[in-house]
Amino acid sequence: MRWYWIDKFVEFTPKQSASAVKAVSLAEEHMHDLYPDFPIVPHSLIIEGMAQTAGMLVGEARGYKEKVILAKINRATFHRLVRPGETIVYTATVEQMNDTGASIRGRVGVRAAETDTPVELAAEIELMFSHIDNNLAGMEFPAHNFVFTEHFTELQRVFGIDTNVRI
Amino acid sequence: MAMSREEIYSKVQAVLVDALGVDDDEVTPTSVIRDDLGAESIDFLDIMFRLEKAFGIKIPRGELLPDNVANDPNFVKDGKVTPEAIAMLKEKMPHSDFGEFEKDPQLDHMSKLFTVNAIVNYVEGKLKAS
Repeated sequence: MRWYWIDKFVEFTPKQSASAVKAVSLAEEHMHDLYPDFPIVPHSLIIEGMAQTAGMLVGEARGYKEKVILAKINRATFHRLVRPGETIVYTATVEQMNDTGASIRGRVGVRAAETDTPVELAAEIELMFSHIDNNLAGMEFPAHNFVFTEHFTELQRVFGIDTNVRI
Repeated sequence: MAMSREEIYSKVQAVLVDALGVDDDEVTPTSVIRDDLGAESIDFLDIMFRLEKAFGIKIPRGELLPDNVANDPNFVKDGKVTPEAIAMLKEKMPHSDFGEFEKDPQLDHMSKLFTVNAIVNYVEGKLKAS
């Protein structure tokens, strides 16, 4: 199993915003771990999905050369549970970004199984990312980029994200 | 109209309440951001982002908080910040009060330079200059 919590990017505007979707399946094991007979997507994994959407956005801004890590969940407010058969729509917007990190405003929408239903707001998540090489000067990190590994390169190909290209 | 010191203080207080999850009354002018309000290293970046947004200012790297003092062998000797480094810090951080720190300038005590008052002084200076 790979730690991918988004299926596809549907919008990617470098340095500004990105949207990704995830189809929620009853076959996912974690759905059954929280409450008996009441499968939902755990909130922690919704945050992870937003972090992956935003992480690609922040990483792409510097050509995936820097080690970008999720440093802080500033706020996470959940308005609605997410159930099997629904589609999560993650939208991450860059609030601020500089050479030390970035702050992200995220909105999580959910589209119910019926295809023509409008997207409902399920959560609002604010995240902070840190460029660790810039922020933790003096600490030793491996020279290779352990954040944007070959798996991320693979994702980049799958999603069709190329620097400065809007998809 | 220029913002009064009270207005600046109240906005800084709101920034710290949001960034650090502390209560209003925990934030006082002399509160030390790390020791009293429990800020961790990543919170400083958060605080700076929020200050930039709240006041519409840009905070260049190393201006509010100096970079790399701890890692420069010329600046720290036997666990203490050297007089040369203190002179440099005073120049770089006119917004901070060095009184207490200078009595026993242990590197570990450097966090005491970064208080709520220091942030208010910094923002006040920045707004005046703009």
